[in-house]
Amino acid sequence: MRIPVSALLGMSITTIFVLIAIFAPWIAPYPIESAVGKVWENPSTTYWLGTDTIGRDILSRLLYGAQVTIFVALVSSLLAFSMGAFFGFLAATRGGWIDMVLSRAVDLMMAVPSLIVALVVLSVLPLNLTVLILVMGILDSTRVFRLSRAVAVDIAVMDYVEAARLRGEKQGWIIFREILPNALSPLVAEFGLRFIFAVLFISTLSFLGLGIQPPLSDWGGMVRENKDGLVYGKAAALMPALAIAVLAISVNLVADWVLQRTSSLKGGRGA
Amino acid sequence: MHPLLKLVVQRLVLGLLLLLAVSVVIFLGVEMLPGDTAQAILGQSATPVALANLRAQMGLDQPPWVRYFTWLAHALQGDLGKALTNNKDIAHAIGQRLGNTLFLAVCAAVIAVPLAIGLGLIAARHHGRWPDKLISGVTLAMISLPEFVAAYFVIFLLTQVVHVFQPVSMVFPGMGFFAQLKAVALPMIVLVMVVLAHMMRMTRAAILNVMQSAYIETAELKGLSPMQVIWRHALPNAIAPIISVVVINLAYLVVGVVVVEVVFSYNALGQYLVDHVAKRDLPVVQAVGIIFAAVYIGLNILADLIGIIANPRLRHPK
Amino acid sequence: MPKIGTGDLLEIRNLRIEATAYPPGEKPRHLMLVDDVSVTLAKGRVLGLIGESGAGKSTIGLAAMAYGRGGVRLTGGQVLLNGRDIRTAGTKGLQALRGREVTYVAQSAAAAFNPAKRLMEQVIETTLLHKVLSRFEAEARAVDLFRKLGLPNPESFGRRYPHQVSGGQLQRAMTAMALCPMPDLVIFDEPTTALDVTTQIDVLAAIKEAIHDTGVAAIYITHDLAVVAQVADDIMVLRHGKTVEYGSADQIINTPAEAYTQALVSVRSIDHTEKSSAAPVLRAEGITARYRGTDFDVLKNVTVDVAAGQTLAIVGESGSGKSTLARVITGLLPAGAGTITFAGRVLSPDLASRTKDDLREVQMVYQMADTAMNPRQTVGTIIGRPLEFYFGLKGEAKRARVQALLDEIEMGAGFENRYPAELSGGQKQRVCIARALAAKPKLIICDEVTSALDPLVADGILKLLLDLQAKEGVAYLFITHDLATVKAIADKIAVMYRGEVVRYGQKSDVLAPPFDDYTDLLLSSVPEMKLGWLEGVLKSRKMASAGN
Repeated sequence: MRIPVSALLGMSITTIFVLIAIFAPWIAPYPIESAVGKVWENPSTTYWLGTDTIGRDILSRLLYGAQVTIFVALVSSLLAFSMGAFFGFLAATRGGWIDMVLSRAVDLMMAVPSLIVALVVLSVLPLNLTVLILVMGILDSTRVFRLSRAVAVDIAVMDYVEAARLRGEKQGWIIFREILPNALSPLVAEFGLRFIFAVLFISTLSFLGLGIQPPLSDWGGMVRENKDGLVYGKAAALMPALAIAVLAISVNLVADWVLQRTSSLKGGRGA
Repeated sequence: MHPLLKLVVQRLVLGLLLLLAVSVVIFLGVEMLPGDTAQAILGQSATPVALANLRAQMGLDQPPWVRYFTWLAHALQGDLGKALTNNKDIAHAIGQRLGNTLFLAVCAAVIAVPLAIGLGLIAARHHGRWPDKLISGVTLAMISLPEFVAAYFVIFLLTQVVHVFQPVSMVFPGMGFFAQLKAVALPMIVLVMVVLAHMMRMTRAAILNVMQSAYIETAELKGLSPMQVIWRHALPNAIAPIISVVVINLAYLVVGVVVVEVVFSYNALGQYLVDHVAKRDLPVVQAVGIIFAAVYIGLNILADLIGIIANPRLRHPK
Repeated sequence: MPKIGTGDLLEIRNLRIEATAYPPGEKPRHLMLVDDVSVTLAKGRVLGLIGESGAGKSTIGLAAMAYGRGGVRLTGGQVLLNGRDIRTAGTKGLQALRGREVTYVAQSAAAAFNPAKRLMEQVIETTLLHKVLSRFEAEARAVDLFRKLGLPNPESFGRRYPHQVSGGQLQRAMTAMALCPMPDLVIFDEPTTALDVTTQIDVLAAIKEAIHDTGVAAIYITHDLAVVAQVADDIMVLRHGKTVEYGSADQIINTPAEAYTQALVSVRSIDHTEKSSAAPVLRAEGITARYRGTDFDVLKNVTVDVAAGQTLAIVGESGSGKSTLARVITGLLPAGAGTITFAGRVLSPDLASRTKDDLREVQMVYQMADTAMNPRQTVGTIIGRPLEFYFGLKGEAKRARVQALLDEIEMGAGFENRYPAELSGGQKQRVCIARALAAKPKLIICDEVTSALDPLVADGILKLLLDLQAKEGVAYLFITHDLATVKAIADKIAVMYRGEVVRYGQKSDVLAPPFDDYTDLLLSSVPEMKLGWLEGVLKSRKMASAGN
């Protein structure tokens, strides 16, 4: 199997980010909340990326921020994924009124941009991690639903699924042994895309002041804290922005590659 | 009735029903969530009597259905109620800001649409070679960026590295058209970037899809030059998907505009919405949310209609 | 061999064509598509190119227009058209020649016409582009061609859009489009392959007459030797991009020299003597069925039975309802009326309420072996699953039985761990047959099992099925549109037309006169491997209609 350079690069960077998130407390040079330096110091050997609007070390906050951003994005995309895939397969294999009800409900949810729905909902609900993860997960599950339903419907009409049905196989065998193995690649690629979407979504909400609330802080929130510095030529806000961009692009590179491989099914072996 | 007309009417009715359903969800769905508007206004320390009084005053003691229809009836007459936070008329506030949002979105669209189609054509024409790879790579990076991140990169570049613009966009009534244009230049550039990437990628895919058809090979085997192939055979079939792509992405502008307005403190609808979400001013949020939803649904239906009208099978039935 | 002379219309000398394939995630692969092929074609003559899929016949046809599909390159030899090498003609030169001196008729006219433009616009496009005729003259010529090709309402035909006319009509319209600019050479690339036999014969006759009337030269590409024998003066047999045999049509058909050509000529001549009538294992009685949400019956009062250990062939064209009958028997589409009796018991119309033995004893083999096997399962799993599911075989016992089945389909050891993608078309179909056999069925429904295969491979499958029937005593319900296949395998035949059985009985009775109108049309439309067959059929049809 040959992995293109771009995908390899994406994988390595993504792995590094995940490791950073896990080990943040051990590798961060300064505590997250203490103002260790002066306001908006430029990068130096003491503060590698400079200090922020009240003199906290940006690198340390960035490392801790990775924890929050990646955790929230991962959990909400896992939620989106398991819900969306479950209902998508259910709709595809059962058909009938179940399919009808689920599909129309999803149509309705997707008729309005996710951000607008999130804003409306968050104007009522309390802003905490659980609510954010649930809202993002449910909103995003609609896209997973559409994809997994479409993929499963395509596979369900294949002759080999019909052959299994004629053999007398149970629903469980048909879903897990005949359909799922063939739907896996597009779904894996989709998971990457959903994760990116979740990163962008939570960052945007935090940037708008409607996401992660202090004392916790994520990358989007850090951009918000430091945005005023930009007027004075302080690049502090760009550091978390850059982190978001690099993570999103890396995952995208991997997902792109998985997606391209999908077109060449070879029984799972790289011939 | 001509089957085409029937389809168009069906689609329009469907769109209206969808909008109605969305308004129900935005109104009643939100009502069902835990949270209390009266409590939100008066704070945690409010006495039960004060809460009850406020609820009665706002009509919150009535069943949700009654309130929904009252609200709908008023909304259809242009009365969106009063904001909880400052008791000002919502419709009036929206009227002041809608123009600014539209001005920004239209300016962005005017630049982004031809640029996206042009770049999409170039990428499709040189499919697989370096212009395509370059354009596709850059746009892949761009769609990986949230709007506000793109915005700050642009701000830093154009106000700090190269001193071209002011980082804040102030527009106020009575401002001249060109002054206004200059003021929105920066947010416009950001919006263009964000929309351009999606629009261009989808345009490229739409053209490639058409270029792979057997009738394009037929045209080449007829001895047509590449330009003749594109003009006579590819374009008549690609135009509908391209217009659909453009319209769908204009709908995407609706989301982009919210964030970009906040970044630039641009006094328009998006900023208004976000402010009032933070203040938990539900009537404002609902009203603005439905306006955004209506624009989004409207544009998506327009894209559908164009697809239907452009289909020769539907225009010339057997 | 025809002389390699000068002054011929088309001369291809030592043509070599190569391509590079880029399978995603793998190293690019270099392919030699055509290797050292030479042909000559004089004015007004017709050359047939014949071979199985991958033989390079279409690639050579397109090379006569110096055109390579997606990454295909002409890397050696010369293509001389009217005395000049078109490989060196340059872009402008090629544009001047394509659509003027050489034109092209594609296999799928339905895809080759631009859906957004009226037929007339497209038919006369090159004639106007190359300034052969004025618009008025071009339209008149197009109408004339429409008439010659037997299209309905030739005056107004051109005003329609492609989706408004039938497949056979589109194929004729494409022929008109190719002939309109008065070219010297027309490339016909499998122009009748996608059509039903009864349509094919009309289109074939129309093309032949048009070639004759206009005096144009043609290259006729097909995988069906019997078809090309009707239109070609010379025939070249190709295999894996190389010339196998090249000669006059008469020589190739009547005295083929090479073993491969002999095999192609004698294909479909499997000798099968029908067995005498026996007790039925399956009886479908008075079956009427329709698809959900439609308001017409796809099957109307169909009654057939399959004798134990014998073969019933269901013959019909697309839309005859023959595949629907298979769906009704398997229970995928419950019949609206009628009963299915199998091995002495009445089967429930609906799949869900059949017993495991009901399911086991009726097995199915599909047309497309590709989609009939889960690409993520190995051959061992595919064949092993019915053993496990029906008989509870596990471990070594299962493995041994899988191997025995692989031996039965003549595939031997080492295939167990392969995935479907690693098998050839014929091998895939054999694995599907083994999967059906694994259930020890009394009846196997074969739905067009040979139609997607090259003729020699298809012959191999038919022989295998006959051997297995002799050994295992299994009955076949054999659905096909191909009468040659029917002759090779059937004991009994049911001819279906628009949902009804129009003729039914022992093979010798069904294939012997007197015929009903439809069976007569169907039988007489199947191309035979002899020269002059087409003229003979057309003549006798003309006489018959004159006599009426």
